[in-house]
Amino acid sequence: MKVEIHGKSVAYSSGSGHPEHNAPAIYFLHGAGMDHTVWVMQARYFARHGYRVMALDLPGHGKSDGPALDNVDALADWLYGVIGATRSGADSVTLVGHSMGTLVCLSLAARYPDLADKLVLLGTSAPMPVADVLLNAAQDNDHAAIDMANTWSHGQRSLLGASDNPGTSNLHMGERLLERMGDDVYFKDFSACNGFSTEHYDAIHTPTLIITGDQDKMTPPRAGTAVADMLMNSRLMHLQGCGHLMMSEQPNQVLDAMSAFVLT
Amino acid sequence: MTDSKHRSPQGMGFDTLSLHAGQVPDPTTGARATPIYQSAAFVFPDSDAAAGLFNIERAGHVYSRLSNPTNAVLEERMAALDHGVGSVVTASGQAALHLAITTILSAGDHIVSSRSVYGGTHNLLEYTLSRFGISTTFVDPRDMRAFADAIQPNTKLIFGEVLGNPGLEVLDIPTLSELAHAHHLPLLIDATFVTPYLCQPIELGADLVVHSATKFLSGHGVVVGGVVVDGGTFDWQSSDKFPTLSEPYVGFHDLVFADEFGPAAFITRARKEGIRDFGACMAPMTAFQILQGLETLPLRMQKHVANAMEVAKYLEQQELVASVSYPGLPSHPDYELAQTMLPKGCGAVFSFELKDGREAGRVFIESLNVFSHLANVGDAKSLVIHPASTTHHRVDEASLKASGIGPGLVRLSVGLEDAKDLINDLKGGLRAVEKFNKQRASQAAKPLEAVS
Repeated sequence: MKVEIHGKSVAYSSGSGHPEHNAPAIYFLHGAGMDHTVWVMQARYFARHGYRVMALDLPGHGKSDGPALDNVDALADWLYGVIGATRSGADSVTLVGHSMGTLVCLSLAARYPDLADKLVLLGTSAPMPVADVLLNAAQDNDHAAIDMANTWSHGQRSLLGASDNPGTSNLHMGERLLERMGDDVYFKDFSACNGFSTEHYDAIHTPTLIITGDQDKMTPPRAGTAVADMLMNSRLMHLQGCGHLMMSEQPNQVLDAMSAFVLT
Repeated sequence: MTDSKHRSPQGMGFDTLSLHAGQVPDPTTGARATPIYQSAAFVFPDSDAAAGLFNIERAGHVYSRLSNPTNAVLEERMAALDHGVGSVVTASGQAALHLAITTILSAGDHIVSSRSVYGGTHNLLEYTLSRFGISTTFVDPRDMRAFADAIQPNTKLIFGEVLGNPGLEVLDIPTLSELAHAHHLPLLIDATFVTPYLCQPIELGADLVVHSATKFLSGHGVVVGGVVVDGGTFDWQSSDKFPTLSEPYVGFHDLVFADEFGPAAFITRARKEGIRDFGACMAPMTAFQILQGLETLPLRMQKHVANAMEVAKYLEQQELVASVSYPGLPSHPDYELAQTMLPKGCGAVFSFELKDGREAGRVFIESLNVFSHLANVGDAKSLVIHPASTTHHRVDEASLKASGIGPGLVRLSVGLEDAKDLINDLKGGLRAVEKFNKQRASQAAKPLEAVS
């Protein structure tokens, strides 16, 4: 699905939902190099539970118009505009981010503190430094960047080809999804992550759920714990045996944690 | 990305995945082997979770026609070995091919297929699917121009086998995939004869792969099964040719598979429609037995290939043998292509032509003791069949020739026995042909009165 905002096409999935005018809104923000399809199960769940689901393709990702933005605050400003244009009559807004998407949520919550009612951050770190080897490969549009990031994004069970979703390879799904992105997108995304700093933000009071995976090599659990400590109103959930792509690696546990936090 | 040609992630090696992919020790019992979940249905934790399973929000199992924990291990292992985003196992290889085709094709659509395909596949494409409005044009697998020329506005799929039947033509998958993609068409490959150990078609540019798991994947010849693997590489929304994936599906509440599932659109629809409605699912016991075979796939394929090469070289030197068709031999027209596409070997199924025709073929196979005379390939035991006196016994020689089958053509599936025993068995068969020829010659030389 697509919506036109300021002359640019923004692609999203509604999770096959048909929300009421005043349905609560929930926005999903994917991580570096990915698109809205990483949220398919969570999007469909909240759509079935009456939410206005907007699982977005960030600029230059998936089927949204570009260019990709290399700055988290710019992405948050873009999101601010998207929410204003699409929330309809929603009296509550929840932001759900993964990896780079969590930084967009934090930036928005810090600079527009009254906008979001709840945040859910999966695989987060603030700051979010990117290893030089990965950044350089992304700058060269070298497939090695995909291979490195995708391998580091999965826990041991996924690396061994096992999945909670019957018959699915999480590892190859990640690889194929990343292969769909255009030139320079990965470098811009990693640059946005690398340049992110919370120093100029006011304290964030928005109720926030942080989910970490104990086998996450991209944003290790201690980084998620540090973000939880930084926020004024947070709760933390650690997933055992899970890597960075927790939405596909442990979809049921993620859904249980999210629904308990968001629906109550 | 500029360097966008798909490739495998830096994961575990093939041998490790053959043993482990898709399975971790059972969390409840600690069982190291894959348990056989012999259950038709699975209990829902609560009503909301049940609705979530039906709505593809939750991971899990509902009913064994749709998915089963034992089958899922096999599916994930095959996805890992073939570098796919997912797979679905089926009741047979034929069911896998049918599922792959019907997931994206409907009445009025068209397939361009290699003409050197398994007989059952030919029947499905030529006679059966045409009854349902899906037509096929068959072309020479070595003629890329013929593939291109056969593409019509309603063409939706290009199909071929890695190794053709019976001539063992090597399909140039990299070239054919470029051609298919230039026409916004997916390439489906049957890789039964090679298994992912010898060839991973998705790595070479194919989009979808089917296997008869009855053959080398199992290796033991005790079950029948199939598998469809989705490479996740094809963009189903790049044209309006694939409405089953790019448009709302009324049968699943207007779900647009490509929109919501991205690279997994095809395999999700295959499970949510094809297995759900056609129902050609695999039994969990079958999945377990195929998994037992897969654990030794690398070791078996090495021995299969080594034995096949020894046997092929032996046969090529025999006076009674007119020709041997094995791409591992320099005499095969596709030898050079095979060296680049199949560097680990060209499989263990090949054919050779006896000089003395149909009767010689019959005598030959009836004289063998180690090779088993039956209609299958890919068993751990060596197998043989003589089409002109068995599967094609009603077919006259002109029609046989048109199918690429000579009257003396013998097909071998070389197993894991000692190569010397296989060669000795074949020697016995050739001696029997020699003796038969001498008897026939001496009878022909006798004057009529001596006979009467």
